[in-house]
Amino acid sequence: MKRLVTSVISVSALALNTAAFANESVMKGQDNPKEWVIQAGNYDNTRYSKLDQINQSNVGKLAPAWSFSTGVLRGHEGSPLVVGDVMYVHTPFPNIVYALDLNNDGKILWKYEPKQDPNVVPVMCCDTVNRGLAYADGKVFLHQADTTVVALDAKTGKVDWSVVNGDPKKGETNTATVLPVKDKLLVGISGGEFGVACHLTAYDIATGKKIWRAYSSGPDDQIMVDPEKTTALGKPVGKESSLKTWQGDQWKTGGGCTWGWYSYDPQLNLVYYGTGNPSTWNPKQRPGDNKWSMTIFARDPDTGMAKWVYQMTPHDQWDYDGVNEMPLVDQKIDGKDRKLLVHFDRNGFGYTLDRTNGELLVAEKYDPAVNWATRIDMDKNSPNYGRPELVKKYSTEANGEDVNTQGVCPAALGAKDEQPSAFSPKTGLFYVPTNHVCMDYEPFRVSYTPGQPYVGATLSMYPPEGQSNMGNFIAWDATKGKIVWSDPERFSVWSGALATAGDVVFYGTLEGYLKAVDAKTGKELYKYKTPSGIIGNVMTYEHKGKQYLAVLSGVGGWAGIGLAAGLTDPHAGLGAVGGYAALSNYTSLGGTLTVFALPD
Amino acid sequence: MIDVFGKPENFAGRLRLAATLLAVCAVFVAGAAGADDAPKAEAGAKADSGEKADAAVNSENGKYLTANGDPTYHIGADGKVDWYTYSGYLRYSSECLRCHGPDGMGSSYAPALVNSLKTMPYVQFLSTVASGRKDFANGQDKVMPQLGLNKNVMCFIDDIYVYLKARSDGALGRNRPTTHEPKPQAWVDAENACMGPPS
Repeated sequence: MKRLVTSVISVSALALNTAAFANESVMKGQDNPKEWVIQAGNYDNTRYSKLDQINQSNVGKLAPAWSFSTGVLRGHEGSPLVVGDVMYVHTPFPNIVYALDLNNDGKILWKYEPKQDPNVVPVMCCDTVNRGLAYADGKVFLHQADTTVVALDAKTGKVDWSVVNGDPKKGETNTATVLPVKDKLLVGISGGEFGVACHLTAYDIATGKKIWRAYSSGPDDQIMVDPEKTTALGKPVGKESSLKTWQGDQWKTGGGCTWGWYSYDPQLNLVYYGTGNPSTWNPKQRPGDNKWSMTIFARDPDTGMAKWVYQMTPHDQWDYDGVNEMPLVDQKIDGKDRKLLVHFDRNGFGYTLDRTNGELLVAEKYDPAVNWATRIDMDKNSPNYGRPELVKKYSTEANGEDVNTQGVCPAALGAKDEQPSAFSPKTGLFYVPTNHVCMDYEPFRVSYTPGQPYVGATLSMYPPEGQSNMGNFIAWDATKGKIVWSDPERFSVWSGALATAGDVVFYGTLEGYLKAVDAKTGKELYKYKTPSGIIGNVMTYEHKGKQYLAVLSGVGGWAGIGLAAGLTDPHAGLGAVGGYAALSNYTSLGGTLTVFALPD
Repeated sequence: MIDVFGKPENFAGRLRLAATLLAVCAVFVAGAAGADDAPKAEAGAKADSGEKADAAVNSENGKYLTANGDPTYHIGADGKVDWYTYSGYLRYSSECLRCHGPDGMGSSYAPALVNSLKTMPYVQFLSTVASGRKDFANGQDKVMPQLGLNKNVMCFIDDIYVYLKARSDGALGRNRPTTHEPKPQAWVDAENACMGPPS
């Protein structure tokens, strides 16, 4: 008995220890520029590295140092991690994890390949991508396509614990990464095109036990808001703030999925993330604001309770998911130091908020083509404060079912999708990969069947009239809401950016180029064509005193589907222009990791 | 997938599959289309006769049929398409595009149906959509879901078929058809019977 008590005590002591160190291990990793321990590089989600060996004067000499085939052909999003002397590489479905020995030319230390029912494949919207692993406290965390979350021993690849977060038979799947915060692992879910009621869930990082789950829509206790204390634009949200904005039980199939990125402010102890589109895509079938879809949430990771919310696109009519990254930066606005949250929404507006309380400071278009709304109402005394001023011509709700609403910019894939931006504290600028694509959108009636697509709109996409580039890579001043420079790209830029202390910014293109540009001017300094189109994110690390750069190529995702055959040309009779070029003429499938370095 | 339709000696297998298919789809397709069921099964049995008979020879309430009773498209000299083809464009773009790409052109994820329909007969099209398929060749995990119980697909399966048939025959270009015949009352009745009355 005594032995048992002792061992229980030592087990719980170990658990406590683990809990205390989980946060610290991420903090330690993000403060060490040699490592890259979570997908965004740091809790701020700025994707900034202090490494400066590779800089403006020498980046032109950059060259591939080594490469690694993942053995999987689907779209490769996210990036590898580097912890100590080991690189961790993930793949799309079947979600293989490789641990590569950086001391031994990338020799495979261990490989983990889960057994997953392939029936999850067609339930995933838009390819079987996975946005990568996270590391904390000696464990590598993977959230599989079938929603199984596994904690792998970083040294051996053995499963430490696993837990199932959802049911693919109901259309619940996963593409996102996870975020270790303190003693918890924060986990989202996908399924907005299948009528899933989505949520954010916190699991015990040591055991995988569920601690709390906060839904995006539903009764107050399920969405974990306090009617008095949780605020929206400075005011309490009030009782049943979500239920009031749906008709009947429609919130139960309401979407609001949490498949994007999560950031964390350790001082404020708040986690930030966005929710996706309300289901269906036919707005006529779901009257109301559909709260809290399309919303930025700030939650206490310990309790799960929401501190503040801000809904960007009430009653979505265009599929402008609000899930894009929420980088946290400290900058001056009107001469005053502010703690900011910056968000480049799919709807085409770049938002700057005070992250302590959710006050809206700046909301401007980051692609001049955006036309569905003229502006965001910034008048605090207006009944429409914080809401977009819609343009009736582009409102699929106003035009109604079975009517083709034409020329809406941006297209459903957004002025920017999940591909994360980067921020350099040296220039004070954000570097944003964007889509420059418009659409026709025709909603119609659909019926809900669990586990079946629940879409209800037809759309066709094309570049803005008179233009042929489908993407831009821009620099953005979030304190003013202004584009500083803009580099046109033939295709949408679907790769996450990296900013470095070497004043060079990196990103990938759908043709497969890794590009380096001057952080101040956007001038191209280097490019190299990798084996396949890049939809992964660029990361950097240092090993044995040398700076490396790594990126996954492997075309796919929404880009591979929408752009593979080329966009539809609404003016086909006038002769197709370059912008309608088919991506399939430039690149083909194949998952490869390419690692770059300066020559010795 | 094994092409049971391509081999004349496999007649029994064909009938069995057609029967299974009808059972799978009975609730929706048969329920909606009623009188069309018999010709469909018969058409399946004839599909390997080697005839290339896509041309519309008949029309019933705005729906065009081939000589052997398969649904088909009708495109006028002015480019005006029949309602089913137009509806097929809409439903394809909603239900199929996210894997098979815009205008049936394929993607990095799933094959181009403008090519598949060049060789795939009507009944095999129905069975593939209803039952799904798996293809793990060339190191790829290609999986098509079973859509037999999805009303948004199966209530409009003939529409989607004739649209893709027109695309694959080269009779219809990319993009939304510019003009179309009016929506027939029979189509509206079938939609309501299959989807349930409008809410």
